[in-house]
Amino acid sequence: MKTEVRVIGRVLIVHIRGELDLNTAPSFRSVVEQQLDANPDVTNILLVMSDVDFIDSSGLGVILGRYKRLRSHGGNVIVVAPSPQARKVLELSGLAGIIPICDTEDEAWAKSVGV
Amino acid sequence: MTMKNYVSLEFPAIAENVEFARVAVACFASQIDSFTLEEIDDIKLVVSEAVSNTVLHSYSVSGGIIRLSVMRDGGTLTVTVEDFGKGIEDVDQAKEPAFTTDPDRMGMGFTIMEALSDELRVSSVPGEGVKVEIKKIPHGTAKDSDEQEV
Repeated sequence: MKTEVRVIGRVLIVHIRGELDLNTAPSFRSVVEQQLDANPDVTNILLVMSDVDFIDSSGLGVILGRYKRLRSHGGNVIVVAPSPQARKVLELSGLAGIIPICDTEDEAWAKSVGV
Repeated sequence: MTMKNYVSLEFPAIAENVEFARVAVACFASQIDSFTLEEIDDIKLVVSEAVSNTVLHSYSVSGGIIRLSVMRDGGTLTVTVEDFGKGIEDVDQAKEPAFTTDPDRMGMGFTIMEALSDELRVSSVPGEGVKVEIKKIPHGTAKDSDEQEV
């Protein structure tokens, strides 16, 4: 699992590649938490999941944890272009009913900055 | 002729082995040609959830063992994930959606397993361990031969 991160204004963009499970979820959580701690103005995360080959409930748990952290400060997590497997797990778990899913980064960006 | 085949593996209950377990079972399951690629993905997810549960909850100290068995009987795949740890006091409660004490976890493992399996049996004797048995039958049409080779 690899992550690429960039911060633009109040938005943290995280591109995840590979497999997100019990073994890899802690490093994903650590990367995102470090970015949130280092950038206290960040209110929203765009989670680009087009290159996620596999995710299970351990991976979803990390996403849910970051969602809870941001929501407590009025922010949000937006999932962008999930792979078919990721979309299925998001829907099966009910997380798709809580966290917005956008097809493109542009669409998610507009939603996150309120355009 | 009815085809029967099986594999049985034992490995330490550590997070590094979750990926190994799901890939090994997916590889075995692909012997059943009529499983679609989506069904193979479902099997990987179910195994990942079952083995993750064992790694997380079964043993108080490191060194515990997971026994993973996978059997093909005709078109039916049976996966068994077994441990010899603490066991579960109340299996019905453990299977409830969102039953978790960890804020960074979903508590959806059993729900996902039930949704994607044709049959899910969980049995436990407290102090002796947990046995999870999953049955999966192909429901789709035969796979495209090019995709099958991936």
